[in-house]
Amino acid sequence: MARVQLSGVTKKFGAVTAVNEITLEIPDKQFTVLVGPSGCGKTTALRLIAGLEEATAGDIFIGERRVNDVPPKDRDIAMVFQNYALYPHMTVYDNMAFGLRLRKYPKTEIDRRVKEAAEMLGIGMLLDRKPKQLSGGQRQRVALGRAIVREPQVFLMDEPLSNLDAKLRVQTRAEIKKLHARLQTTTIYVTHDQVEAMTMGDRIVVMKDGLVQQVDTPLNLYERPANLFVAGFIGSPAMNFIDSALAEAGGKLFVDAGTFRLEVPADLVSQARPWVGRRVVFGVRPEDIADRALANGAQPAWTIKAGVDVHEPLGSDVILYLTAGAHSIVARVDARTQAKMGDNVEVVVNMRKMHLFNPETQQAIL
Amino acid sequence: MTRGGAGRTAVQCVLLLNAFLVLAPMAIMGVSAFKSTREIFQHPFALPGVWRWENFARVWVEARFALYFRNSVLVTIASVVIVVILGAMAGYALGRFRFRGNDLVYLYFLSGLMLPIRLGIIPLFILMRTLHLLDTLWALILTYAASGLPSAVFILTGFFRTLPADLDSAARIDGAGEWLIFRRIMVPLVRPALVIVAVYNLIPIWNDFFFPLVFIQTDRWKTLPLGMTTFFGQYSADWGALFAGLTLAAVPVVTLYALLSQQFIRGLTAGAVKG
Repeated sequence: MARVQLSGVTKKFGAVTAVNEITLEIPDKQFTVLVGPSGCGKTTALRLIAGLEEATAGDIFIGERRVNDVPPKDRDIAMVFQNYALYPHMTVYDNMAFGLRLRKYPKTEIDRRVKEAAEMLGIGMLLDRKPKQLSGGQRQRVALGRAIVREPQVFLMDEPLSNLDAKLRVQTRAEIKKLHARLQTTTIYVTHDQVEAMTMGDRIVVMKDGLVQQVDTPLNLYERPANLFVAGFIGSPAMNFIDSALAEAGGKLFVDAGTFRLEVPADLVSQARPWVGRRVVFGVRPEDIADRALANGAQPAWTIKAGVDVHEPLGSDVILYLTAGAHSIVARVDARTQAKMGDNVEVVVNMRKMHLFNPETQQAIL
Repeated sequence: MTRGGAGRTAVQCVLLLNAFLVLAPMAIMGVSAFKSTREIFQHPFALPGVWRWENFARVWVEARFALYFRNSVLVTIASVVIVVILGAMAGYALGRFRFRGNDLVYLYFLSGLMLPIRLGIIPLFILMRTLHLLDTLWALILTYAASGLPSAVFILTGFFRTLPADLDSAARIDGAGEWLIFRRIMVPLVRPALVIVAVYNLIPIWNDFFFPLVFIQTDRWKTLPLGMTTFFGQYSADWGALFAGLTLAAVPVVTLYALLSQQFIRGLTAGAVKG
């Protein structure tokens, strides 16, 4: 087990900067997820830690050791690849044993480790098969097994679930979590899927354009996004962003979006006050908007009148695509709503969960 | 349905015709090997009146067939082995590593495809004489190996490129060095391509008459095609024995092809699909 530390790590491919001065500490035993849209540098960051790419600048530490000049095989890491990268001409057993054999482990020890890992992953009966004869899910397990038998200090996983179908993905997600709980190995997991990130990570590193946007626990990312990008990236459907002004009237603060005004709750006034009279981006999550007819004790000052463009029933709840003046708003409301396409409805915004962003710097105000 | 059926029949007719065109000369060769020269000219397509096995015996003994056969096998195997090994190493480097001059080296190899090596016979002859390799099997082996490399590099570079990039990353993390990755992971995966390269080079080398004719003078070092000329006299030729010799010479290649054809075809189509 070991912590992993990046300090000022940069990777350039010619003129393109894939990873830009990342400083990051990944504590021992934690499950850390690197998440971001494709091309954000998350896979490059992982390959830098693995030693498959050489850092242009900065230092990488695994444990207490600076590993910039240590080849991948001596970094004591194991990696699971997106397309599994199993050796097609070797059996499952040989695939898992390959790394141990190269390290000259005694035969009995190799056998014990491979069988143990195979048992853990439920692939014991597949040991004599070739990868070609396995299903996607089975291949994925073999790839995990190949990493496990090495008993490394750090697991690196590069979108290991993206080639599985939706159902298997959810199942394997839980299994990887369970595996981590059991082995307690420091794990760095790369994905572009924010649901995967939220469900699996002890901590999440959100990246964009080679830069770290925010490092936090899943809940904090959701509730306290540091900027517009993180706010829009985490959560589905994405947070609503409404260009507004902050106005003051009768000692109260309002988010003024033109067609509607929403009162800022008293406990947030002091933080918001410096922005009175200036443009802001008002953010609210779809799940913080409710159908007024079904909301108890709804605040009149937090109500928006809107037209329903699209009505998407999900069973558990309903997604409404609303138009209020020039603004499009998505709301996730109670399944019992009577709103239909073409109706005019009143929705209530839970302003205690409001977000404000600086439109120039895109940073969160509150 | 019926249109498809008609199309299939037409295709099969064409294939049958092609098979006939290929097999008929071989059959005539095989049958003629049992005839006397006189019979061959009188009844070229008939079965022999008497099956003259002695033609084969004469070839084996009189024409020192065993010696020529050994020389041919030595030259062919040595050349093909060199082509496959060097071709695989060059193809691996060119197909999987980005380095300065990569394209240039690749083009240099490819330019060999455009140059008929027989055009260089005079400089080659002078080179071999300077190296004191004239009238040795090495003259043939080196020439064949060099002329086989361009196509080998071309085919193998393409194959190595199609292998997933993460495979070497995985092996590198597993602890394999470059040589091990090449030997244990990459080479086994391009085996169909190696078979293609081997077969593709084997037949022309086995059949070649030109270079032995130029490089080899001593009877001891003659290869089969050159050795067969023994049966051409200045005024007459022993056609029966010649056909017997040709039949014997064809047997190993045909057998090898039959054995490897599965892999060969699989390799060709794999290359075609992956581009």
